[in-house]
Amino acid sequence: MTRYFRLSVSASVLAFGFAQVAHADCGISAGSVSILGNDFPALQAVVEGARSCATDSVRVSANLTSDHRDLQVAALTANPSQYSVAVVANGSIVPLMNAGLIRPLDDLVAEYGDWLQPTQLVRIEGNIMAVAFMANAQHLFYRADILEAAGVEAPETIADVLAAAEAIREQGLMRNPVAMVSGAGWNLAQEFVNLHLGHGGRFFEPGSAEPAVNSPEGLAALEALKALTSFSDPDYLTFDSNSVQSLWEAGEVALMLHWGSRGAGILSGDNTTAEIVASTVLAAAPKAEEGGRPATTLWWDGFTIAANTSDEDAAASFQAMLNGIKPERVAENSALAVWLGEGYTPTPASAGVVASAEGGAAPYPMTPFMGLMHTALGDNLAGFLQGSATAEETLETIEAAYVTAARAQGFLN
Amino acid sequence: MKHRTFFWFIFPSALAMILFIALPVVSVFIQSLHVEHEQVLRTVENCGPFGCTEETVVDREATRELREAQPLGRFAGLSNYTDRNHLALAELSSMWDRSDSFADFTRRAMTLPFWRAMAFTLTFTFVVTPLVLSLGLAIALGVNSLPRMFRGPTIFVSLLPMIVTPLIGSLVLYWMVDSRGILGAFFQTITNDPNLSLRASPTLTWIMLIVYGVWSSAPFAFIVFYAGLQTVPEEPLEAAMIDGANRWQRIRYVVIPHLMPLAVFITLMQLMDNFRVFEPIVGFQAQASATSLSYNIFNYLRGDAAQFGAAATTSMLTIFGVIVLLTPVLIRTWRDFNRKGH
Repeated sequence: MTRYFRLSVSASVLAFGFAQVAHADCGISAGSVSILGNDFPALQAVVEGARSCATDSVRVSANLTSDHRDLQVAALTANPSQYSVAVVANGSIVPLMNAGLIRPLDDLVAEYGDWLQPTQLVRIEGNIMAVAFMANAQHLFYRADILEAAGVEAPETIADVLAAAEAIREQGLMRNPVAMVSGAGWNLAQEFVNLHLGHGGRFFEPGSAEPAVNSPEGLAALEALKALTSFSDPDYLTFDSNSVQSLWEAGEVALMLHWGSRGAGILSGDNTTAEIVASTVLAAAPKAEEGGRPATTLWWDGFTIAANTSDEDAAASFQAMLNGIKPERVAENSALAVWLGEGYTPTPASAGVVASAEGGAAPYPMTPFMGLMHTALGDNLAGFLQGSATAEETLETIEAAYVTAARAQGFLN
Repeated sequence: MKHRTFFWFIFPSALAMILFIALPVVSVFIQSLHVEHEQVLRTVENCGPFGCTEETVVDREATRELREAQPLGRFAGLSNYTDRNHLALAELSSMWDRSDSFADFTRRAMTLPFWRAMAFTLTFTFVVTPLVLSLGLAIALGVNSLPRMFRGPTIFVSLLPMIVTPLIGSLVLYWMVDSRGILGAFFQTITNDPNLSLRASPTLTWIMLIVYGVWSSAPFAFIVFYAGLQTVPEEPLEAAMIDGANRWQRIRYVVIPHLMPLAVFITLMQLMDNFRVFEPIVGFQAQASATSLSYNIFNYLRGDAAQFGAAATTSMLTIFGVIVLLTPVLIRTWRDFNRKGH
């Protein structure tokens, strides 16, 4: 009840503009804050907190878009940079680091952020480069009522998920009970990354940029991917996060691997029936094999401050962002995410991410050439799923594509 | 015209063409001969919400020195052109040795980004262009024979596919062929196959993209032909009627020859446009089944690590492809021009 109340309160604040909350004093004398980031409810809440610092002398603007990764490097390369704050995750901080576009935050943390938890400070080579405020991971969502009707237990491994899907299909409850964010490209590659790390695989030879996906773990990950997608709607190669969430809200799937950050939206019941909300269970990502680790990767979301921005704007931006993640706001928005800072009380929407982390899921690698590997995976996995290449050929192709790109980018000779 | 007058007459457009066409092409060509600097790597300890790990990072100081010494990157000659992302000669020859039939070789070669994109781009160009020409002519002839009062509204409706932004047009069609959309559900019903999906099968995706290409470009051919039809002289048509030519024969022997220069013009435009096919692939999210050269350029440049060398090389190969495609049509036009001139 309170959750709905809070959501509607924040919605009305959004609707009536920020003038009413603008009196919040963030202690900023002057400066300009402009934020670039992804677009989902928790981030909107953080930005709303930053916006409330706006006064006559402090300007706050934000561009929240799912295309933020495509924009961030170019936008922060400009001098002065287009944005003073880039909200990043452990995958997307790397290109900014590589190009030296974000500044160390040690001074700012010492001056304004003594209340931050040590685990929130992302240190690269000892320097604080980002302040993390939430965690995210893909994990399992299942419909308790459908599983019960099919007579299967809550799945804990990929094999359990496949068995449950088989049972649901056989009994005619649903034709395609599984959905995952499997659109060709970045999304499909992310599913492979989850499964590959879940099987204990690695992407590179230790200490070098040489690829290492052509391995037994890689083959196992491909087989698991094929098995899971065989229970998905045939359009699965075009699925993005939004379309998968809609499938769930339309009651067309019973087992879904999706981002934890979508949990709050689904549980709010805004686009679905009370019946579906009541039987939706958020659980740890399934283990790739019995006794293994959950087949998912942990992501943190945090903010960074641009290097090519004035010290005044950097300080203003840092303070405004801290206002967005201060304990009172986190407490108020607990339902929206798995917050990392003080003030957070876990809610049902966080169960899947927390369980996956406790199960020992691996963090997404922060290696500089991981982006090239992710692209090579995204460009070449679809052929295997469509049956035009064998698993061995696909892994070979992925390595060849990666090596070509890594050579042109100067990571390999 | 005096040479001096001609120079001042042509100067503004020549200047614009040099600034906005020639120089960018030269700069892209130079870019295509370079690859990024060697990245100096180092292993450091990173700490975050999920604990500390040993990670490799780029040594920015050392890499910056390299970058400042050679701002364009390392000179790589034609290696961007021969690498796996483009002509892939070494890969093709090893695939040839490893495959047991031509079909198997084709299947393997379709994993190479450039050849995969070429296969779709050329198919699209050579199927869509003639269909656009013939459909455009058919619509123009049809509209031309309507009573005058119906022509205006019909022309407006026929032009709609061209007016709709390509990305929006392809999204509309994309949702219609969704298995829950009106077309997708219709095909499932008539084939009685609940798992039929136009988006899942590469062949059906190609057909869908081609249908979209014809749908969106036919109005262009139509409006050009329709304008041309207004200039067909009455006398030869009447003479043909007196000679006993039926409607088809009048079209075949009087109207079409009259419209030939327009057909050449439309062919040129269509060859160029279709070779650059891009929006429908994004709109239909068809990259799993079909890519084009333009899509590849887009793909190299977006995301975390923009691959400028690869994008520049694909751009040069696209320009080269357009030149090869247009040469026969241009030679023909040039000959006609010379014949008329002398």
